[in-house]
Amino acid sequence: MNTNFLHSLASHLSWGARIGLTCLILFACAAILAPFVAPYNPNEIVGDVWEPVSGAFWLGTDQLGRDILSRLIHGARNTFFIAGAATLLSFSMGTFLGFLAAVSGGKTDQLLSRANDLMMAIPTLIFALVVLSVLPSSMAVLIIVMGVLDSTRVFRLSRAVAVDIVVMDYVESARLRGEGTMWVIFREILPNALSPLFAEFGLRFAFAVLFLSTLSFLGLGIQPPDADWGSMVKENKDGIVFGIPAALIPAAAIAILTISINLVVDSILSRTSSLKGGR
Amino acid sequence: MISVIIFAGTELLPGDVAQSILGQSATPEAVQNLRLEMGLDKPAITRYFSWLVNIFQGDLGTSLSSGRAISDMIGDRFSNTLFLAASAAIVAVPLAIFLGLIAVLHRDGIIDKFISITTLSMISLPEFFIGYLLILFIAVDLNWLPSSSIIYDSMSFGEQLKAIALPCITLTLVVLAHMMRMTRAAILNVMSSPYIETAQLKGLSSFKIIFHHAFPNAISPIITVVVLNLAYLVVGVVVVEIIFVYPGMGQLLVDHVTNRDIPVVQAVGLIFAAIYILLNVFADVMAIIANPRLRHPK
Repeated sequence: MNTNFLHSLASHLSWGARIGLTCLILFACAAILAPFVAPYNPNEIVGDVWEPVSGAFWLGTDQLGRDILSRLIHGARNTFFIAGAATLLSFSMGTFLGFLAAVSGGKTDQLLSRANDLMMAIPTLIFALVVLSVLPSSMAVLIIVMGVLDSTRVFRLSRAVAVDIVVMDYVESARLRGEGTMWVIFREILPNALSPLFAEFGLRFAFAVLFLSTLSFLGLGIQPPDADWGSMVKENKDGIVFGIPAALIPAAAIAILTISINLVVDSILSRTSSLKGGR
Repeated sequence: MISVIIFAGTELLPGDVAQSILGQSATPEAVQNLRLEMGLDKPAITRYFSWLVNIFQGDLGTSLSSGRAISDMIGDRFSNTLFLAASAAIVAVPLAIFLGLIAVLHRDGIIDKFISITTLSMISLPEFFIGYLLILFIAVDLNWLPSSSIIYDSMSFGEQLKAIALPCITLTLVVLAHMMRMTRAAILNVMSSPYIETAQLKGLSSFKIIFHHAFPNAISPIITVVVLNLAYLVVGVVVVEIIFVYPGMGQLLVDHVTNRDIPVVQAVGLIFAAIYILLNVFADVMAIIANPRLRHPK
């Protein structure tokens, strides 16, 4: 039955989406099984500085002589974990507040929506930089900052989706039954808003990966000795002017990841109903 | 209707400043040392207003790390950043609209599919990937253009243009895809309206329909998209400046975030946010000017 379901799911996906899905599964497996898959210890110096691609080092070595493939696989864990946690946080916050605004209406709605507009009026990256100039760059701070900043977009979408659902008859009857706000949010609206939110989740995750990589690239994300793909680009960027492509490898990994997510989401979106609010 | 939009737009400005201050006061522990150093024991509101008043008088304060006046540090860099962003905009905007029109003309054809897939991938690429790819191939392998874009006053305008060519291309590629997709969507949206069908039934060529009937009506959403992307451009500049070692505001911001030089970060962040918000307000105003229907309240 399980294979049946997967089969029917797969047959609906476009070729682009299948390629994307394969890449995603591959990346996820590599990240989960990192200690077993990675050929070397990611923090151990195993070769010369910036060795080219060879049989021993499939993707070459970095600016200290560490194996890039191993660091890439281990770095994937940080990238996936932080981006995933931030997206989860932004979704739980964004959808809850968005639904709350839609269900309550009136002053609560006004207050939440205006506060949200205020947050969105400041460019995310600038906001994050200003906040990170004061807060310590720990993993928890990163997750919270990214999650909170991103929740504004989720808020907007989930409110727009929920406003359409709130006027449905079944919500009305639930209210007449005397159910509380929480019941309406979690039992009536949430199940009916899942499909557009699911697609948005993919897009937000891709965005979170890009955002985290950008922060790490600027030196404000994950701090050494920990590494993620963005900080690997930063570490190796000096080699570029000498024609050493080491920095491009983690950058390409980020690109492949986000393109894969976009391909899958695009295909899901074109099959299911239109997504309100958009990007 | 206008009054609501403009009111909302101007309303956002002071709120944004308050917010960056709030972000600061959120962690007393981290700022405590600095506070004592700078005599910042006055209440946040007092400090906020005096800071705001100073800014309106053109005094952005002094840097903690170098002790120089921030307005001196920003001066040249600000014009550098604007120069870069403006050059990218001059290239990107006409190109995006042109490509969008082409995609609509060949809707669902091979060209449209090709443009659509390329732009979808471009949207998902990080700026530094595009930037370093360009450096590696164009600057290092082919040696056509310099890899770092250091510019100074004694350079001629042509030399300056050559120096910023690569960051300019990078920025263009970053905003082009989004702008083009939205242009295409805006025109396609108009294409489904009844008067287009009438025009088609009259037997007009598809070229004529798009340029004379669809495009004028799609102008207002297109303007909105263009201006919003210009706002994005101003922010995207931060990363691109780091990649190409360009002496602009973005680099100033990142350097001082790393040094935790808070007054500089505040001032630069404020300028970025102000430009971003101004462009957004500008987008609203332009949309109203381009679409007469918005001028009259319903």
